[in-house]
Amino acid sequence: MTLPNICLIIVLLPLIAAAIVGLFGSKLPRAAAHWLTIGAVGSAFLLSLNVLNATLDGHAFNGNLYTWLQAGDLQFNVGFLIDNLSAMMMVVVTFVSLMVHIYTIGYMHDDPGYTRFFSYISLFTFAMLMLVMSNNFMQLFFGWEAVGLVSYLLIGFWYTRPAAIYANLKAFLVNRVGDFGFLLGIGMVLFYTNSLDYATVFQAAPALASKQITLIPNVSWSLMTVTCILLFIGAMGKSAQVPLHVWLPDSMEGPTPISALIHAATMVTAGIFMVARMSPLFELSDTALSFVMIIGAITALFMGFLGIIQNDIKRIVAYSTLSQLGYMTVALGASAYSVAIFHLMTHAFFKALLFLAAGAVIIGMHHDQDIRNMGNLKKYMPITWITSLIGSLALIGTPFFAGFYSKDSIIEAVAASNITGSGFAYFAVLAGVFVTAFYSFRLYFMVFHGKEKWRETNHHDSHAHDDYHHHHHGLSAKDDPHEPGWVVKLPLILLAIPSLLIGYVAIESMLFGHFFSDAIYVNSSAHPAMAELAQHYAEHFHTPAGMALHGFLSLPFVLAASGVGLAWFFYMKRQDIPAAIQQKFSLINKILENKYGFDAFNERVFAGGARFIGEKLWQIGDVQMIDDSLVNGTARLVGRISGIIRQLQSGLIYHYAFAMIIGAFLFITFFIKVN
Amino acid sequence: MLQNHILSVAIWLPILAGVLLLLVGSDKQAALTRWAALASSITAFIATLPLYSQFDVLKGAFQFEESVPWIPAFNVNYHLGIDGIAAPLILLTSFTTVIVVLAGWQVITKNIAQYMAAFLIMSGLMIGVFSALDGLLYYVFWEAMLIPMFLVIGIWGGENRVYATIKFFLYTLIGSLLMLVAFIYLFQKTGSFELTDYYHLPLTLKEQVLIFMAFFMAFAVKIPMWPVHTWLPDAHVEAPTGGSVVLAAIMLKLGGYSFLRFAMPIAPDAAHYLSGFMITLSLIAIVYIALVALVQKDMKKLIAYSSISHMGFVTLGFFIFSQLGLEGAIVQMISHGFISAAMFLCVGVLYERMHSRNIADYGGVANTMPIFTAFAVLFAMANSGLPGTSGFVGEFMVILAAVKFNFWVGFLAATTLIFGAAYTLWMVKRVFYGEIANPHVAELKDLNKREFLILALLAVMVIGVGVYPKIITDFTHVSAAQWLGHMAVSKIPVAAGL
Repeated sequence: MTLPNICLIIVLLPLIAAAIVGLFGSKLPRAAAHWLTIGAVGSAFLLSLNVLNATLDGHAFNGNLYTWLQAGDLQFNVGFLIDNLSAMMMVVVTFVSLMVHIYTIGYMHDDPGYTRFFSYISLFTFAMLMLVMSNNFMQLFFGWEAVGLVSYLLIGFWYTRPAAIYANLKAFLVNRVGDFGFLLGIGMVLFYTNSLDYATVFQAAPALASKQITLIPNVSWSLMTVTCILLFIGAMGKSAQVPLHVWLPDSMEGPTPISALIHAATMVTAGIFMVARMSPLFELSDTALSFVMIIGAITALFMGFLGIIQNDIKRIVAYSTLSQLGYMTVALGASAYSVAIFHLMTHAFFKALLFLAAGAVIIGMHHDQDIRNMGNLKKYMPITWITSLIGSLALIGTPFFAGFYSKDSIIEAVAASNITGSGFAYFAVLAGVFVTAFYSFRLYFMVFHGKEKWRETNHHDSHAHDDYHHHHHGLSAKDDPHEPGWVVKLPLILLAIPSLLIGYVAIESMLFGHFFSDAIYVNSSAHPAMAELAQHYAEHFHTPAGMALHGFLSLPFVLAASGVGLAWFFYMKRQDIPAAIQQKFSLINKILENKYGFDAFNERVFAGGARFIGEKLWQIGDVQMIDDSLVNGTARLVGRISGIIRQLQSGLIYHYAFAMIIGAFLFITFFIKVN
Repeated sequence: MLQNHILSVAIWLPILAGVLLLLVGSDKQAALTRWAALASSITAFIATLPLYSQFDVLKGAFQFEESVPWIPAFNVNYHLGIDGIAAPLILLTSFTTVIVVLAGWQVITKNIAQYMAAFLIMSGLMIGVFSALDGLLYYVFWEAMLIPMFLVIGIWGGENRVYATIKFFLYTLIGSLLMLVAFIYLFQKTGSFELTDYYHLPLTLKEQVLIFMAFFMAFAVKIPMWPVHTWLPDAHVEAPTGGSVVLAAIMLKLGGYSFLRFAMPIAPDAAHYLSGFMITLSLIAIVYIALVALVQKDMKKLIAYSSISHMGFVTLGFFIFSQLGLEGAIVQMISHGFISAAMFLCVGVLYERMHSRNIADYGGVANTMPIFTAFAVLFAMANSGLPGTSGFVGEFMVILAAVKFNFWVGFLAATTLIFGAAYTLWMVKRVFYGEIANPHVAELKDLNKREFLILALLAVMVIGVGVYPKIITDFTHVSAAQWLGHMAVSKIPVAAGL
C-alpha cells in the first residue's frame, strides 16, 4: 500500500468508528462500542508506526487528496504532509488515544453515556490526526477547531452539572479568542503569499522577511512579526498560555480519561506543534520569538505557583500541565523547536500517565478528589503508586527519566539563547523546576504516604465535592481503597515504560541527529541556541547516560531535589508549617486562590461588558432610536399630518365651495403672472 | 417541448399546484391535502434538478434562457435565464419548500390547503425573482411574493401578528416603490426593461448613485441591513415555523441576490463609490447585531438577529470586489439557507411541545430529548462557523478576503468567531444543558420520524457543503469572474467624465 493510502486509512478508521458508535450506539451492545473504537484506534496506531518507519527511511510525502474549494486562482486543498514530525505526532496521538480508550472501559464502566464517550474520543483522534497530518493552513484550522469541538463536548460530557457546562462554554469561547488571532494570521499569510499550502508559503516567506506593513497610520511593523504573533495567539488559546489559559483548569470538569488525552497529552500541545511546524516563519522575526518566549516563561512559572495551593488532585496535575506547556513555549522562543517537540512527546507520556493514575486514585477513593482525604494509598494500590512515582520523577526531571532529557535541554537552550527576554525566561524555567518538584511531591506524599486520612471522620468540605454531588460518595472510614482492574492498570504500565525510557532512547536522533532536519528550520547564525546545545552535548556528554550523570551535578537537579525535600519536610514531617505559612502570608495565598484574578476580571469585564453593551445597543439603538423614533415616529408623523388634513374634510359643502373659489382665484392669479 | 422551458416549469409548476390545492383541498380531507402538497413540492423540486444537472459550469452567459414578448407596448418581455449565482439559490428554494411542507404537517390544523398553497405559490414566485431578466417581470415577482408571506404571518402567526405584518409590509413596500422609480427611469433611458440593456447603459456617476440608492432601499430592507432591519425580528417572532424558515432561508437571499443582479452591475461606479458605506453597514451588522443577539431572551429573536449578523458577511463579501469574497458571500447565502432553516425548525420542535420561545422556560432538554439535542448542537456549531460545516466556508472566505482588502475590516469581521459562538452556544447551554428545569421539560418527547427526517436532511446538507463546498463554487466560479469583470469597467460616459 502506498503511504498516502495508509495515511488516509489512519485518519478514516477513527472517524468511521466514531460515526458508527455515535449514530447507532444505543442499538449496539456496550462491548461493541469499545471494541469498534479500540480496534480502529489500535489499527491506526500500528499503521502510524508503519508510517514513522517509512519516514525514518526517508519516504516523506506531501500531496493533496482533493480540492476542497476553488475561488479565482486560489485553491484550498485537503492533503497530507507526512514527515518525521507529523509521523511522530501520529504515533504519540494514536498511542495515548489507544491507552485512554482501554482505560475508559474501566473508568466509565457505570456511566450511562458509555457509548457516547467512545464515539467522542474516537472523533477526537480523527480531528487531532487531521491537524497534525495537514499540509496546509486551512486543514490545520479545521483540525484545530474540530478538536476544540470535541473538547467542548467532552468537558460538558456530564451535561447536567452546572460546573461542567460552565467550563465547556468557557473553554470554547476562550479558544475562539485565540482562533480569532489565528484566523487573522492565516489571512495575512494568504494575502502575502497567495497560498495556504505550507510548502509554498515557507518558500515565499524569506523574501518577505524585511517587508514592512502599516496597520495604524504612521506606525510600520514587520509583516512577519505581525503574522507570527497573530498565529501564536491561536497557539496561546489552544495551548493555554497566559492570559488565555483560564479555560484549562476548569476543563477538569470533564471525565478523567479525556483530561489525560485532550487536556494534557495531545490537544493542548497543538499550539506547540503548530509553531514548530511554522518554524520557517517564526525564524524570520526575533520580536515574535521574544514574545513567544516571554509568554511561555510567565506561564511556566506563575501557573506552577498555582499548583502548590490546590487540593483537588486533578487540578494540581492541570496546573502542572499549564506550567509544562509554558516550558515548551519557552523552548519555541529559543528557536529550539525540536526540543519543544521532544518535551511535547515525553510530556505526553508522563502527563497522560499522571492523569490516568489520578483517575485510578479517584476510583479507589470512590470519587473523592481531595488529596487532604487521602494518604498511604501505596499499601492498597501498588501499581498506581509505582507508576505515579515514575511519572512524578519524570515530570520533575530526574536524570535518566524521560522528562530529564527534554526539560534539561530546554533549560540549556534558554541559557544559550540571546534574544530579548531570555534572561527572564532562564530564571523562570529554573525557578519552575523547584516549584514543579515541590507541588508534584506534595501531591505524591499526601496521596501515597502518611496517614490514612479518609479514616478520620471530619472530611474536608472542598469545592471538589460539590461539583460531583450526585456522583460523589467518598470512601467511608471503614473501607479500604481498591485498585481498579487490568483495563486501568495496563495503560498505566504501558505509559510508564516510555515515561522512563523514551528520553534516553530518542534524545540523540531527535535533538542532535537529522530527525527533524526536513520539518524544522532554524536560522543557526541568528539563533545559535540549538547549535550550542549540540556542541555542548558532543564535547561534554557524548552519550545519553553521560548527560544523565552530568545531570546529577547540575543546578536544576539540586533545585528539584530541594523541592522534593521541602515537600517531604512540609507534608510528612511538619505539617504545621504549611498551615502557618498560609496564615502568615494570607495575602499571597489569597492572590493564588483567586488565580491572580483572571477569572473574575474576564467574567466582569469581557462577559459582563459584552452583555452590557449588547443590552444597550438593543434597547437604545434598536428599540428606542430605530423602532420608536424612526419607524413608529414616521408612522406617528404620517398619522399627525393626516390628522390635520382630515380637519379639512369637514363634509360641509360650503367649506369645499369656499376652498374651490380660493383655489381658482390663486390659479388664475398665478397664470396671469406667468404670462 | 418542456426541455426548453425548464425555468418556466420551475416557476409555474408549484404555483399551479398551489392554485389547484386552493381549489380542491380542504380541512375535511386533511391527510389528502397534506400528501398532495408534499407530492407537489417534491415534483417541483425534481423539476428544478435539470438546472443543476444540465448547467454548463464553464459558460459565463445566462443559461436556460426563455424570452417572449409580454407587454409589447412597453417593450416588456417574459425573459428568464440564470447564471451560476442564481442556479444554486433556485435549488435551495425548491428544496426548502419540501422542508416547509413537511414542517407544517402536524402543526397546521386549520386552513391546511391555504397554508400549503401559500408556500407552493411563494416558492414559484421566488424562483421567478431569481430567474427574471426583465425589470418589470422581476418587479412583479418581487412584489407578488410578499402577498403569500404577508398572509402566512397574518393568518397563522402569533399574538402580535398584525403589528408584525404591517411593519413587514410597509418596510418592504416603501423600499420596493423606490426600486420601481429606478426601473421607470431606466426604461426612459433605454426604452426597454431588458436587464442586459441596462448593463450596457452608460450613466453618469450622479445618475448611478441615485439609481443605486433606489435599489438599495429595496434590497437593504430585504437582506436586511442595519438600520432597516428591525422588521425582521418581529416578523420572525410572529411567523409560524414554516414562515420563519422561508423568510430566513430564501427571502433574505433575494435581497442579496438582487444586489448582484441589479443594483451593482447597473450602477458599477456607484457601487465602487459607495463601497465604503456598504462595508461600514455590513460591519455594523456583524458586530453590533451580534452583541444584540447575545442578550435576546426569545429564541426566535436571537436567531433572527443572528441571521442579520450572518447576512452582514454576504454584503461584505460583495463590496470588497474580490473573487474570494464574492464566492464566499454566495456560499454564505446558501449555507445560511440551510442553517437558519434548521435553527428555526429546532425552535419549532420545542415550540410545538412547550408553546414557549423563552429561553428561560427551558433547561436540561438534553435529558429528555437526546437525539434532538444532537441535531441542535450540530446546527448551533454550524451557526458558530465550525469548520466541517457549511457555516464555516462562507465566513472563512469572506474573512480572508476582508483581511486582504483591509486588515481592520477583516479584524472586525473575524470577531464573529467569538460573538457568534457566544450567543449561539450560550443559548444551547441554557436550553439544552443542565438539570431538567421544570415539569414541562420532564415531559418532553424526543423527535418523531417526520421531524427526524427534516433535520437529518438539513444535517446532510450542512455537513456536505462543509466537507465539499466545491459543489457550490464550481457553479459560481465562471459567473463570479464574469461579474467582477463587468464591475471593473466604468459606465460613466467619457464626455460626462470631463
